[in-house]
Amino acid sequence: MHNMKEENLTAPVFSADQLEEVKMLVSRYPDGKQKSALIPVLHLAQKHFGGWLSVASMDYVASILNLKPIEVYEVATFYSMFNTKPVGKFVFEVCQTGPCMLNGSDDIISYIREKLNINPGETTPDGLFTLKAVECLGACGYAPMMQLGKTYQEHLTKEKVDRIIEDCIKMSSENN
Amino acid sequence: MGKKLLLDKINVEGIRFLEVYRREGGYESLKKALSLKPEEVLEEVKKSGLRGRGGAGFPTGLKWSFLARPEGVPRYLVCNADESEPGTFKDRYLMEFIPHLLIEGMIISSYALGSNTSYIYIRGEYDWVTDIVDEAIIDARRAGLLGKNILNSGFDCEIYTHRGAGAYICGEETALLESLEGKRGLPRIKPPFPAVKGLWGCPTVVNNVETLAAVVPIMIIGGEEYAKIGVGKSTGTKLISACGNINKPGVYEIDMTISVEEFIYSDEYCGGIPNGKRLKACIPGGSSVPVLPANLLLKTAAGETRFMNYESLSDGGFQTGTMMGSGGFIVLDEDQCIVRHTLSLSRFYHHESCGQCSPCREGTGWLEKVFWKLENGKGDLKDIDLLWDIQRRIEGNTICPLGDAAAWPVAAAIRHFRDEFEWHVTHREECLKRNYGLAHYADPLPA
Repeated sequence: MHNMKEENLTAPVFSADQLEEVKMLVSRYPDGKQKSALIPVLHLAQKHFGGWLSVASMDYVASILNLKPIEVYEVATFYSMFNTKPVGKFVFEVCQTGPCMLNGSDDIISYIREKLNINPGETTPDGLFTLKAVECLGACGYAPMMQLGKTYQEHLTKEKVDRIIEDCIKMSSENN
Repeated sequence: MGKKLLLDKINVEGIRFLEVYRREGGYESLKKALSLKPEEVLEEVKKSGLRGRGGAGFPTGLKWSFLARPEGVPRYLVCNADESEPGTFKDRYLMEFIPHLLIEGMIISSYALGSNTSYIYIRGEYDWVTDIVDEAIIDARRAGLLGKNILNSGFDCEIYTHRGAGAYICGEETALLESLEGKRGLPRIKPPFPAVKGLWGCPTVVNNVETLAAVVPIMIIGGEEYAKIGVGKSTGTKLISACGNINKPGVYEIDMTISVEEFIYSDEYCGGIPNGKRLKACIPGGSSVPVLPANLLLKTAAGETRFMNYESLSDGGFQTGTMMGSGGFIVLDEDQCIVRHTLSLSRFYHHESCGQCSPCREGTGWLEKVFWKLENGKGDLKDIDLLWDIQRRIEGNTICPLGDAAAWPVAAAIRHFRDEFEWHVTHREECLKRNYGLAHYADPLPA
């Protein structure tokens, strides 16, 4: 099993390329306003440090932006896109708000629950999938839908969910 | 076919890219604007009667004219692309398919306001949309449309995207500014307004994506011509994102003279309700605006045809009317349950409350809990009055309008569908077994 917890015990660091990206992000704001780059840099940290933000990751971000750790913690815990606990390799964030509900999002969530045998908020024991029921993602006309990584998976049906899960499993075994 | 100003070129292949956008007349508006003085550009926007397209409908020219201009202090333009109001997905559409329209509108607006650095605050989930906009910015910069001395005008401007990270509250302009400063999205107490003290304490204008895009055709045809389109104070065109139980969900540009009935049933727009179902209710301006039953939606209380514009939709106030809002048009067919749907919205507002003001932080939680009881066959008749009482105590008692946004859908649902709430109490077993409410609110099928 992919042990995300242990991996994050060692202090994470950005590579030289990633540090260049941080520098580019900071340069978008006036001198002395580097705190503005906090959310973009946290996105970068989450992307490169295993899909979530450990305390060590947050402390590291605080150090490179010259902020107090608390300034990072309070932001990381406020915004719903930041995971402060480990998540699976593939995170299914299914929208459950009104317009998606009118188009059967409840059925899609139940189907994924059964299929993966996890409840919203949980991760499969193999560390592959996390299911989240989330609020409006701005795709109401293409409902029901979910976010999967960088992309939106729209017009979901049970068959489409099956295909997505198969693709994820395939992708994961190819990468190993 | 109504007049189109924003989406007229949307089907041109490759319009997403600078080359095609320019071939189709793109950035001519910017050239024209740069040949005028900044205050002349502002004057055109004032004359156009353009109203903020994010939801509040405040006159854009007036908002711009409030911008403080102290010597030696930078001014900022910030584009609000934190589109998160349930039912709304029009800004995403613009940015995804015709990003240069926003960029051109932003350069013109930055020129009018004297902003040399402008930001686009995009909701974090629109990750791939941010990539598209970033790419468009790079192309525009390479072509000399951004950067120093734009088109030899002497005007310098840079535009940067800034991704949020999942917080509906950041669509409120002062919360957005806090977030852009790298903090939690807690709305600020106004005054001071952003026009005086905004981003990093400097004078700032925050405008919605569609508002800034609309500046492009305004400069081309002129403010006066723009004001002739539409009706009354609903000038120009409006993007409507239609969703829910309709045949053709999507983003439509309307000129605000068409009726609600035509919008729902015409094949040019929503294309009617699927499976031969009847229309029960509609939330025409994003989840925060009052829901209306079919009879009050298609005709006002006075029996007049209701139109898709600011004045007509709000005819009758909150007693019998609703609001244009963001244009997030959510249609509910006869099978939908108002209690269940409003529960979902209450859960949304509870999740999204920033927690700063107790009426909202505690009240939204209570709304969700009491709704859950009713929907799950555990409710009492007094719970309906309790819901009414809670929403009344939230409305108007918070720093920002999220409290109102949480209260209004609840008030309207009880006002117009009270017997469906009562039915959930008198038919506890039945409402556990089925997901739909009472169909008698639905309109007869159109002939």
